[in-house]
Amino acid sequence: MKKHLNTLFVTTEGAYLRKEGQAVVVRVEKQTRLRVPLHNLDGIVCFGRVGCSPALMASCAKGNVSISFLNPYGGFLAAVTGFSPGNVLLRRQQYRAADAADSTLAIAKEIVAGKIANSRSVLLRAARDISAPDAQEQLQRAARRMANDVTMARNETSLDALRGREGESAATYFQVFSSMISPQATGFAFTTRSRRPPLDPLNALLSFLYSMLTHDARSACEAAGLDAAVGFLHRDRPGRPGLALDLIEEFRAFLVDRLTLSLINRRQIQSSDFEITQSGAVLLKDKPRKTVLAAYQKRKQATITHPFLDEKTTIGLLIHLQARLLARHLRGDLDAYPPFLWR
Amino acid sequence: MISMSYTDDELLPISALQHLVFCERQCALIHIERLWADNALTVDGHLLHKKAHDNSHELIDGVRVARSLWLVSRRLGLVGQADIVELHRDGSVVPVEYKRGKPKRDRSDEIQLCAQALCLEEQLETSIDRGFLFYGKRKRRTAVAIDASLRDQTGAVIARLRNMIDRQQTPTATRQPKCENCSLIDLCLPDGQRFRNGVAAWNQRQFAVAAGDDAPLTDSYDFLSAEAN
Ligand code: SF4
Repeated sequence: MKKHLNTLFVTTEGAYLRKEGQAVVVRVEKQTRLRVPLHNLDGIVCFGRVGCSPALMASCAKGNVSISFLNPYGGFLAAVTGFSPGNVLLRRQQYRAADAADSTLAIAKEIVAGKIANSRSVLLRAARDISAPDAQEQLQRAARRMANDVTMARNETSLDALRGREGESAATYFQVFSSMISPQATGFAFTTRSRRPPLDPLNALLSFLYSMLTHDARSACEAAGLDAAVGFLHRDRPGRPGLALDLIEEFRAFLVDRLTLSLINRRQIQSSDFEITQSGAVLLKDKPRKTVLAAYQKRKQATITHPFLDEKTTIGLLIHLQARLLARHLRGDLDAYPPFLWR
Repeated sequence: MISMSYTDDELLPISALQHLVFCERQCALIHIERLWADNALTVDGHLLHKKAHDNSHELIDGVRVARSLWLVSRRLGLVGQADIVELHRDGSVVPVEYKRGKPKRDRSDEIQLCAQALCLEEQLETSIDRGFLFYGKRKRRTAVAIDASLRDQTGAVIARLRNMIDRQQTPTATRQPKCENCSLIDLCLPDGQRFRNGVAAWNQRQFAVAAGDDAPLTDSYDFLSAEAN
């Protein structure tokens, strides 16, 4: 079992990680800065110019500790994975399901409906908690439209129609996104979702955290014996972790958007914490990035009751449970995939 | 059992017999789906085994003691390793298996020992009438008679294992008290099986609620205040 352990984030440029005994040691300028026992970790995320010794990579691969190398924006570059000995049968089932139109649609529908339902819950909760009447009204109106999308998504008969429905619903959601931002949080006006590259601080923050979530989803796929590259909602594209992206859909609004909003509404992150690079991309500066990562880790430690399993778990473990439930469905243990639903 | 000779690829680990006796599903998760989870129990077990497995031969009181001997039976299609095999002067061969904790309710330890004996009989062309189990908690040996009844039971478990592996079918889970002690509980999700054949219906209900405007909101979070402290 992957306990909800910790992810080691290495953000110091020029850091080098190596294995000493059963621990990972972080060295910067030939000095040991940190030593963490490997069994306390379930993932290592390296940002920018960070190196790793082959011995460390080997024992991480063996011990199921995922190592991801990301660029400073949080964009994925490479990961270290070991030889996955088992689960060739599960993977075959995954590929078969992904090749068949009906099973793909069935899974994708639950994922999209789950995503819309959870985004909607975020709007409704915000509407309940804020006092400005017109913002409240806006959020409720969008939530009503999205209620319809939830039902419609589950009735779509093709993947294209389903993706179209998802797109419309996301547009509705992001149209009212700025109503959830407190007036005190200056410099975070939300216009439109920009990804590659993020063009304003809010988009930079969202993209950064979505990358963290994708890293976690990737590990969850591997740990459950699934191929992170072969998705249902997301079409195969070389270099894209389709299944990991499928899995994060249910969590984007619930985990990342809410965390982003609370960070800026509480002014833990301010617009001065970002810089504009020469390319026009907006980048979170080094120190605030640590604040964001700490908040993300902290959020993952909060407990919640899993709606389907009816068991208490941590938010960080949710994505692992979803990967396993999906594996169970692919194997035929469960007649459908139960998405994570938050209310 | 039909008499035949299994090839390398078809050999099954002796340890799978114990998993099968404990829980068929656990056995399938480990040996068909190749999921494995270390917990305190298994880690402990490895440490204990390290002592027995240092691969040496010793002469103790005139008894040759072989450690970590590889076992194989082509006839039964089993492979494994014996903690200790004693080779006595009178030609008798005695397997000794180390176990943490105390004797179990089921006969899985005896069955494992018997399977080891069957391998040794085939490899050394001998016959074995007893072995020992050594329990960490008790710190002494318990003699086990490798008699007809134990051999029959072991044969039956081997046949069941072979059958399950050949079918490549993982049995579904039912929640039982022993699940509490199962290292695979978080991979197995025995409670999710409560909804067996009912997930589609569950989704239907949940989404109906989720799409309703009057859906009650749980109060686990206060949106603007309690977060990201
Ligand atoms: S959790 Fe229970 S049903 Fe599942 S493998 Fe373990 S003992 Fe068997």
